Amino acid sequence: MAKLESSFRNMFLSLSLICLTVALLLAQVNKMTATPIAEAKAMKLQNAIREVVPAFDNDPVAEAFRMADGSGDSLLVYPAKKGDELVGFALNSYSNNGFSGKIEIMVGFDMEHHIINYAVLQHAETPGLGSRMTEWFRDATKPGQSIIGRDLSQGALAVTRDGGNVDAITASTITSRAFLEAVNRAYAVYSGSREDALSGATVATEKETEGMTKKGGEHNE
Amino acid sequence: MNKQLKILINGIIKENPIFVLLLGMCPTLATTSSAINGMSMGLATTFVLISSNAVISLLKNVIPDMVRIPSFIVVIATFVTIIEMLMNAYVPALAESLGIFIPLIVVNCIVLGRAESFASRNSVLSSIFDGVGIGLGFTLALTLLGVSRELLGTGKIFSQTIYPEQYGSLIFVLAPGAFIVLGFLIAIFNKLQHKKA
Repeated sequence: MAKLESSFRNMFLSLSLICLTVALLLAQVNKMTATPIAEAKAMKLQNAIREVVPAFDNDPVAEAFRMADGSGDSLLVYPAKKGDELVGFALNSYSNNGFSGKIEIMVGFDMEHHIINYAVLQHAETPGLGSRMTEWFRDATKPGQSIIGRDLSQGALAVTRDGGNVDAITASTITSRAFLEAVNRAYAVYSGSREDALSGATVATEKETEGMTKKGGEHNE
Repeated sequence: MNKQLKILINGIIKENPIFVLLLGMCPTLATTSSAINGMSMGLATTFVLISSNAVISLLKNVIPDMVRIPSFIVVIATFVTIIEMLMNAYVPALAESLGIFIPLIVVNCIVLGRAESFASRNSVLSSIFDGVGIGLGFTLALTLLGVSRELLGTGKIFSQTIYPEQYGSLIFVLAPGAFIVLGFLIAIFNKLQHKKA
């Protein structure tokens, strides 16, 4: 078969046909993979929460609420409860100042301002450099760089170069700064949620606690 | 069959996209900070190369010359999107580690280059073999580069420790190290090639 001539009709037809076929094909694949992708995402969220707070027996995803962070945005807060008692909060925090865009993390706090653990949900940092934040800040053998167990009521975290006491990732100070910014943002929201929850717990029944938390959230905005 | 084998070898050695043609330098330098990243990137690109070569060779007579580039790009982008969706659905961990580089395969000039210079002029079978050859050549080069950089920079190969990390030289994991290692690998490759010739 001879090659088609580059007439307007031929070009229009072949391009349109190719695009149409491709669109149908992609729609089909998208439909096929939509459920597994959503499942993988939900699974990841569940695992991240489980990783960063103490053992719980409620459903943090169902009980999640939004709370203002004091700088014009709000974070998702996942309360972890054992029985009726709050054991910690997992916070979905972020920073837009990463080396290549947004960094999204899940940080867990106990009820005493200590960081329990963290998980990096999404980032686009340089592989082998900034991407090492997924492990760097929880290396128990290196207390200078680990943030696990740190008490944030003593002041916000900062890298040593900025006068803080967290060792930045070698050659990735920008990533480290962004990561700590996200942790600090989470802490700001955490202290708000914690106060609400504690004051609510002492004076009110379970149902009213929820109301108080909501009210507190609005008050902060 | 002999001809197909020749095409295959041609892609891996004589026209190795990295060491000889020096094409696709951007993903090469960016993704090879570790061996596993380099290899996964190479394999993903290989899949796209084979599929797009096959389809473009199949369609070469119904695509008028003046709109061939947009048509090729649409075909390539389709395969990249498909592999991205499949990876997100079934191997989310791998998709995460390669991140932004998967969608960037669309603009990898090796893929468009092979479509233009080979697949649009040859039979479907030859084009598939060319895709396999060039893809393997690319994967081989990226893996070698990744192994060298990971070893020199962090003392590991595929995350297996060979010597303690503190003796590694960080520069090899950083961007300048990519250029240095690539330069040496090209020199070695050329030396070996000339010896044979």
